[in-house]
Amino acid sequence: MKKNTAFKEFFRGGFLFLVLLFLYLPILLLAVYSFTSSTQIGAIRAFSLKNYITLFTTPELTDMILGTVFLALGSAVIATLLGTMGAIGAFYSKRSASSFITTLNQVPVVNADVVTGFSICILLVIVLHISKESYIPLVAGHVTLCAPFVFLSVMPRIKQMDSSIYEAALDLGATPFAALREVVIPQIVPGIISGFALAVTLSLDDYFIAMYTKPATFDTISTYVVNATKGAQTTIKTALWALSTVIFLIVVLVVLGINLRANRREKEMGRFGRERGGAGKGGRNAEFMD
Amino acid sequence: MHFSRKSLGIPYAVFLIAFVLAPLLVLAFYAFTNGQGQFTMANLHSFFGDPNTLGTLFYSFAIACVTTIVCLLLAYPVAYFLAMSRIANKTVVLMLFVMPMWINFSLRITALKEILTVIEGNLAMYPFLNAVIGMTYDFLPFMILPLYTTISKIDGNLREAAMDLGADNMRTFLQVTLPLSIPGIVSGVSMVFLPAMTNYVVLDMLYNSTYIMGSLIGSYFAAYNWHGGSMISLILLALICIFTLLTGSGEEETARGGAML
Repeated sequence: MKKNTAFKEFFRGGFLFLVLLFLYLPILLLAVYSFTSSTQIGAIRAFSLKNYITLFTTPELTDMILGTVFLALGSAVIATLLGTMGAIGAFYSKRSASSFITTLNQVPVVNADVVTGFSICILLVIVLHISKESYIPLVAGHVTLCAPFVFLSVMPRIKQMDSSIYEAALDLGATPFAALREVVIPQIVPGIISGFALAVTLSLDDYFIAMYTKPATFDTISTYVVNATKGAQTTIKTALWALSTVIFLIVVLVVLGINLRANRREKEMGRFGRERGGAGKGGRNAEFMD
Repeated sequence: MHFSRKSLGIPYAVFLIAFVLAPLLVLAFYAFTNGQGQFTMANLHSFFGDPNTLGTLFYSFAIACVTTIVCLLLAYPVAYFLAMSRIANKTVVLMLFVMPMWINFSLRITALKEILTVIEGNLAMYPFLNAVIGMTYDFLPFMILPLYTTISKIDGNLREAAMDLGADNMRTFLQVTLPLSIPGIVSGVSMVFLPAMTNYVVLDMLYNSTYIMGSLIGSYFAAYNWHGGSMISLILLALICIFTLLTGSGEEETARGGAML
């Protein structure tokens, strides 16, 4: 019986490991080869930082990276403002207005990005003749992609909120606006932050919306990489390996940071909880999964 | 002016009308008109009357079905083993499975392409296989996350009750865990199936030149044929509507980009 469980554990662990290997092997191999002068995986060449130098000194590449980051941050800020206000407004509106917003909000979420991008291009560029060079279609497209997810991550927080605190603030003489700012917003901040983070990652990962709405001379990482893989310029190709490695490292660091912080908070909460009779554990998971 | 919380929703409502509703209406208008702005069914006929485009629809379905099944077969055990295991730092392991979501997909596919080239030599030899591998590689985390969330929420007492009542492991799984995890399966499938029908860049990057539904829009876009492209978009929208109605995925579990964080 015991042997059987050990085998089961081993089999399960092995399966998880193989799937992880599938997910990470390509990225890790590319990371290793990004530090060599090799132009293809498998060929063994000497250690070299050439790819990283190319990556950070070629204006074409640095412009593209900075452009992508600015676009992501800018669209995420607008999307977070709109989505948060929308969620608060929808929650306190009449049922019909609220379900109108919620339904429309769901469209970009379930829709294919190709269709979202194409339809925005048709409306803004073809019908309204707004030039793509103005960046308006691009930003509008990315905000349309991101705002609904901000809305969806803020809404549960508003629903969980204790509505009597807002009423209490009003009774104590706060204006509705002050009550909103001092009472409501602080309670939904976790939702706003995760909505913002989600918006940034969605914008960074987008290809289709940018493809259909971007100015001809502007590239995001995705549109650039897709074009670069079609052409066969090797210095650029291998510099992108370096980019992939840098992004991978940033993601690892961010994830580690979030985990460490959450762990510390859990420990503090745990201590706090023990003093007050063991309540308050396990909050982290819920917070993470929201 | 008197401030009210309701009025906060107005900018977002206006935004949704301008950038979600209006584009869809324009799309519908363009799909049923020609270059002179006259009403026509020609775009619809040219889609359903052309064996090539119907073939594209079929090929998209094939790729999407196979990708979804492969993702499910890989993701379900991962989610199940992880949810059932007693290791201390489950969130960290889950993070490992979800983290690829946050790395730019085009860079990840580039990495996959390099490794596939070493294994297969000429990528063009196995177009369908590569498309499925590429899509699976891209979308697997989106399947794992909702499955894990659902399975880990299942009350362990239910399983124990089943065992106490004499069910063996297999039966407990088939009659308790599996049925209760269906919402996760549904949401995972909807995260994978539609992108697999439309994300033509994965195919492009892996040298699969066969069209899927998304590529049709791309090619009409490249040819400045807004009317043809609108019709394909509308057909895709109709498919998405049917799919959403079938799966009934309302607000819950819209895990794209990670319900994480």
